[in-house]
Order: sequence, then structure tokens, then C-alpha cells
Amino acid sequence: MSVRSQAPSEPASKSNLTPSFVVGLVIVGFWLLVALFGPALAPHLESDIVTDMSYAPAGEVGLLGSDYLGRDVFSRLLYGARMTMGLALLAALLSFSLGVILGFTAAISGRWIDGFMSRVNDALMAFPSVILALIVMSALGTSLMIMIVTVAVIDSTRVFRLSRALAMDISVMDFVDVARSRGESLWWITVREILPNTLAPLTAEFGIRFTFAILFISALSFLGLGVQPPAADWGVMVKENLQGLLFGSAAALMPAAAVASLTVGVNLIVDWFLRRMGGDVAQELMN
Amino acid sequence: MSAVIDIQDLCVEARSSGGDFHPIVEGVSVSVHPGEVVALIGESGSGKTTTALSAMAYSKPGCRIVGGSIKLNGRDLLELTHEERRQLRGREAAYVAQSAASAFNPAIRIGDQVIESTVIHNLMPRDEALRQAVEMYQRLDLPESGQLSSRYPHQVSGGQLQRLMAAMAMSSSPSLLILDEPTTALDVTTQISVLSAFKDLIKGQNTAAIYVTHDLAVVAQIADRIIVMQNGKVMETGSTAEIISRPQNPYTQTLMAAVRPPPKSMSFEGSEDTQAVSDSIIRVNSLTAGYGRTKKKIVLRDVSLDVPRGQVVGVIGESGCGKSTLARVIAGLLPQVSGEIYHHGENLRDTAKRRTRDVLKNIQIVFQMPDVAVNPRHRVREILGRPLHLFMGLDAGARESRIDELLELVELPASYKTRFPGELSGGEKQRINLARALAAEPELILCDEVTSALDTVVGKAIIDLLKKLQTNLGVAYLFISHDLSTVASFADQVVVLYAGRVVEQGSLASVLAPPFHPYTRLLLGSVPELRTDWLDGVVASKTHLDHLGQSVDGDAVGCPFFNRCTSAVEDVCNRLDPPLREASQGHTVACHLELDSLRT
Repeated sequence: MSVRSQAPSEPASKSNLTPSFVVGLVIVGFWLLVALFGPALAPHLESDIVTDMSYAPAGEVGLLGSDYLGRDVFSRLLYGARMTMGLALLAALLSFSLGVILGFTAAISGRWIDGFMSRVNDALMAFPSVILALIVMSALGTSLMIMIVTVAVIDSTRVFRLSRALAMDISVMDFVDVARSRGESLWWITVREILPNTLAPLTAEFGIRFTFAILFISALSFLGLGVQPPAADWGVMVKENLQGLLFGSAAALMPAAAVASLTVGVNLIVDWFLRRMGGDVAQELMN
Repeated sequence: MSAVIDIQDLCVEARSSGGDFHPIVEGVSVSVHPGEVVALIGESGSGKTTTALSAMAYSKPGCRIVGGSIKLNGRDLLELTHEERRQLRGREAAYVAQSAASAFNPAIRIGDQVIESTVIHNLMPRDEALRQAVEMYQRLDLPESGQLSSRYPHQVSGGQLQRLMAAMAMSSSPSLLILDEPTTALDVTTQISVLSAFKDLIKGQNTAAIYVTHDLAVVAQIADRIIVMQNGKVMETGSTAEIISRPQNPYTQTLMAAVRPPPKSMSFEGSEDTQAVSDSIIRVNSLTAGYGRTKKKIVLRDVSLDVPRGQVVGVIGESGCGKSTLARVIAGLLPQVSGEIYHHGENLRDTAKRRTRDVLKNIQIVFQMPDVAVNPRHRVREILGRPLHLFMGLDAGARESRIDELLELVELPASYKTRFPGELSGGEKQRINLARALAAEPELILCDEVTSALDTVVGKAIIDLLKKLQTNLGVAYLFISHDLSTVASFADQVVVLYAGRVVEQGSLASVLAPPFHPYTRLLLGSVPELRTDWLDGVVASKTHLDHLGQSVDGDAVGCPFFNRCTSAVEDVCNRLDPPLREASQGHTVACHLELDSLRT
């Protein structure tokens, strides 16, 4: 990989707003607002049973109908936004910090430490992530804290690989040699010379890790390991109302659609960011 | 006879990322007849490559052709569809890129790549194309032409790859060949064979060729006509002989002035030095170094040299001879295997981290590639401020005024402080590089090929700056280069490295005068001269061709130059290490031959 020389002072960002980026921004912005103000706007509490009718169709009870216990799906969706996005953000932040710190350490350490860390990482990656999470959480319990840490550790293996490779790429550049010949400390070289040059791809990676965390947590909640009832989480909601699909209820589809739209929105932003960093060369080559 | 390619009033626009289109080539006309070579000359950014590529109606991403006509064999390319153009490329017009190493796919055998365009365009069956390729190898003087097709690109040398690029381009017998700086990345010794192979091929097949380069001396050997370009416009057009003997345009004259006279024709009155060895900044004593952890691959063996205060020591050798390794070991970036480095008599520790701040301050290094030598995420202020803080202990205010001084020293405006490296040109980045080294007020600057990545004109400006700094600040340089004429233009002492060993060293005058080590003689004879018959003369003398493309091995016993030397003695030169012969005071030659026989 080459370090692309960028001129951050260029007033380029405005003209680069693509339609897909705006769509992504609108979607993510919408869900962020819902996460912040949703519980205040919700007509009912997440645990309120508002009707004795299971799987009431949309419009009859509340805006989106009721779930298998007769709770308001619309209210639970609003509550769930905060829970799902909050958990995912925490997990992504944690996995990211862990992965970057360990990845950089491996890249600048000697052969033995790097080899050891990388093989341990490989071993962790060899397990299917959901199975691994299942094993860990059935051993340690199913609190939210444990779930976040488990998801973060498992996800950090991907961040580790990327950040190690990036740091290795940069660490053979001449400007790093210049810093070494100046007698700079390892810390200075890592933080001041290497880190700034890896920020662009790492930021893009953060977006991807965030969506993975959403999906991962939803999957765990779906399996009954994550968020516990009666708390509302999009993954939990899908699981609870799966049977409703047989009766033609949309109670399971609504939260699934919410997860999908948020994932798409974040990815649109990440795509835009990556393209801006990489230039639009690939596209123009095709013409 | 009509022209193969006829470009009239070409206009090309480019845009920077997100910016507006602006013209980069304006009203350029080029026409080339069969068997003719037209050279496009100019510094980088002059639009010469853009013009050459447009001969295939191709423009780089971010560029577009906005005006003019491009007629290839009578058809206007701009009126063709994308698909029709694709049919022409590789068949009627072929392109040879600057770096063969990156133009070849490392995972595909050479033969399949050479015949690719022939096969894609269904010109002949695969077997016949491969047979024809072997004939082409023979015409290009490539060794082992029978097996070459089944090799992979990493198994042949850089010069051979470059010739294979020509074979690839010629395999479909195109009527137009576009050569984009095909020898710029090569050593002078390799350049000769590649140039003469291109020349024979073009004349032999009666192909029209466009030759893009910034090197006038190379152009003189191969081109029939020259078009000089600057900032996207044609400055001067004429036959090669006319332009070289009577350049009319001021810009052409600047280009001519930047061509260094070949070292032989220089005079050396008064440059004979008093050996001031007493006060050496760095003394390297039988240094051996290499790469690899358990089993070292030795690339530098028994190297000894002195850098006296305020002097320039030139280190010369071809790629892979270990000259960059020498700089890295002295800078403390690579621990040596054995040998010592003394700084004012003090034995230096092997890594930078274990050296004292004083030592680190006194020895600074400037790297070859300006693009990767400065951190693209740091502003010029931070780049220069760091050594000022670290070595000089200046506070923020003092740093600021010192940065202004340093920028002035390297002839850049003070307003550059707030810029990122991406906003500077290659030459400007190299000046920042130099300013960073100067910030520490060192006694010695290790210059590793500091001009090789730059244009002739920009490179000359950097050398002039180095000279000025040496006079004004008394700083010494260890100047590493593969370009003998650059070294000859300002070194006091010269060290000739071959295969990681010193084959000759002494003052500039004594090294450039007989007795020569056979390798020094080869180097001297390989520097292109600015006259049109130079290449033919060298090729006719047959001293070069037979010995090219051999690899350099640091581990071998005997004289490293044995397999390329014209006067090698069997059973002596390849068995025994050559003795060090002292030709005059401070001038040593490592050769089995008597000094007298090296004089002729």
C-alpha cells in the first residue's frame, strides 16, 4: 500500500457529497435521533401490555400492531433503537481499541511477540464467532457486560489483523527510518509517525465493525444469550415474534427491517468515506 | 510515405480530485513516419507522457482529450468507439512502460505475457506466437532464449525485463511503438544494451516510435527528431543534431545545461587533495553487513572509508551493490555483522537507539524517495520542528524563527510551513528532506541517491544547493549515487563499490584517471555522452555487451567482478581475493592485475 498524499486543506468535501452518502446519512441520523429521543416519544413503556390480543395487525393496536404478549411493537422498536445501537457502539469501541492497540504492538514488536500474538489471533478467528460466543457466555453468564466484552474480544481479532498489517506497511517507510535514526522512542514512532497514516482505513473499518456488532448482538439476543426480556432489543424482538410470521404478523419483520436499514445506512457512509480516501480512480478506469 | 501517427493540435485536460478541469497539454502536434524515432523531452509535468499515451487515444484516469485529431494509419482515433480503440491497442500501437518490474505480472510466465496481445487479438496461434517470441529474444540479445518463455519475471534481471517489455510490445508487429522512459530506472551499464536493442528493433521492423524521456544524452543516441515540451506546450522541434548542437529555445538551453559533462572530459587542475585524514568525522573500518536473521545474506564486505570534515565522499556503484546498506549501517538503522564505525575516534554503538544524542545529531540521513521520506500527515512545521526540539532544545518561539531560516536555506518560501508534503512537488519535498537534516546542524549528511528520483533540471538544482551548503556551513557529505557524472561533479573523494566490496577508492582526480580498476573503466565508458554516435561507438567496441545482466553476489570468493571482467585471469581472479594495490597516496585499486597493465 502506498501512502497517498492528501491535502486536507483542499475544499473538496462539499462537492463530493454523493446521493448514496446522503441517503446513508439520513438513515443513520434518523436512527440516532430515535435512539436519543425514542423513549420520550413512545406511546407506551417497552414492557407495557396494551392489549390481550397477540399479533394484532398494524393500525388496529398502535402504529405497528402488537407482539406475542400484546405489547406495542412501535414503542418497543423505539426503545430497542437505544439498546441495540448503544450496545453495538460500546462493543465496537471496545473491540476497536483492543484490536488497534494489540495490532500495533504486534507490528512494532520483535518477531517472537508478533508471531505469538498473531497465532493466538488466528486460533481465535478459526472458531465460528457465534459458537465461540455461545461457549464463553454459557460458561460466564449472560449479563450485558459479559456480552459486550465477548462480542468485543471476538470482533477485535478482525481489527487486530487489519491494524497490524497497516502498521507494518507504514513502519517500513523511509520517514519511519528517519525517525529511528533520530533515536525516537517506539511510542513516539507509533503514535506520531504511524498512527496518523492509518487513521483513514481504520475509521472506515470502525463503521464496518459497528454494523457487525449490531448483527452479532442481534444474533446473540435471538439465541437468548444477549438482552433479556422484557428489555427491548431488535434482535430479541425478532426472536420473540418469529412465530407471528405464521399468522401474517409483521411484528418480527419490523425490527429486522430496522437492523437492515441501519446496516445499509452505515455501510453507505463507510463506502463514501473509503472512496474519498482512495480517490475515484477505479471508477474512472472503467470509462 | 505517410505518417504512421499524426497528432494535430492535441488538447488534454486533467482535474485534481474533486476539482475543475484545467489544460495539461495545449496544441501539441506530433507526427512520426515508419522507421523514425521522435523523442518527447521535458521535465515531469510537461505533458510528455500524456501526449505519448494519446497516440493510442488513451488518457489516464482524471484526464480527458478535449481537442485536436489523432490519426493512426489514417484513421482518426477520436472518432472510434471504445471497443474499436481497444482493438487497435497492442496490435497497431504498443506501449513500453518505465518500470518493467511493475509492468510484468509476477504470477504469470514470461512467455505467456510476451505473446498476450498477439493471442488476444487472434493474430496467430499460441504455438507460433511462442516460436516467434524466441526469435525476438535472440534479436534482443537475451541469454538462454529457449528457456526464457517458461521463466517467471523475478527470475530475470531488471535490464532483461526491460528488453522483454520491448519483445512484448513488438510481438504483434505494431506500426507504432511508444516508449515511456524505458531506461530511466536502469544502471548505466545495463542501459547501453537495452538502448541498442530498442534501436535495432525499431530500425529492423521499420516501426514508428515515440520515445519519452527527460534525458537528453539518451535521446541523442536513439532519436531522429526531438520535440521539447514544457507545461504542456511545444517549446522547440527539430532534428536531433540541430537541437543538440544549436538549441534555440531558452528552455532547451536550460535542459542542455543540466546535462552533466561526462567525467572523462573534465579537467582536474588543483583538485588534488592534501590527505587530511587526521580530522575525519566518520571512519569505517572493514565493515561487513547483511540482511536476514539466522543466516545472513552478506551485502557489504570489508568496507573501509574515511569522511574528512567538510568534504564530499562519493560512493558509486550499480543497484544492489550495497551502497544504501552502507548509509543505513552508518546511520544506525542496521547493525553491522563485524567491523567498526568511529566518530571522532569514538567507536559507535550499532543501533541508533543506543547512540548518544550528540552522535545522532551529528550524523543525519537524507533518503532517495522524497515521497516516502517525509510523513504525509505532518505539516512542514512539524517535520522541521521535531529535530529542532529534540537536538537543539529550542522552545516553540525559537523553533518558529529557525524554521524560517531553514526554509530560506533550502530556498523555499516561509509560507510553506503550514503545508502538507502532498502540496509540494518532488523537488520541494527533497528540499524539506534536506532542511530536516540541516535542522540538527550535523557535521555529516548521508545522501542516499538524493537526486535519482528527480528530473535532470530539478536534480541539478539540488546538487547546486548541496554545494552551496557545503561551502557556507562546512557540512560533509557521504554522497551515494549510481550516476558517475553527478558524483564527479562535486565529490572530493570517490569510493567505487562492486558487489558489496570496495574495488577502487581515492581522490576524485585519481579515480577518474588511470590506472583504473576494470569496473571503474566500464562505468566510465557507460555514461552516455551528448553526441549522436556515442552508442554506436560503444556497441562497436564490444566491451560492454558480453558482460551484462550478471547478478552480484556478496558471498563469493575471489574477485567479485570476475565474470564481467574483460581482462580476468582464469583460476586466479575467481579463486583468490584480489590484493589491494596502492597506485598513489590514498588511491587504492583491488585487482590481481599489475597497476601498469591497468593504465591502458
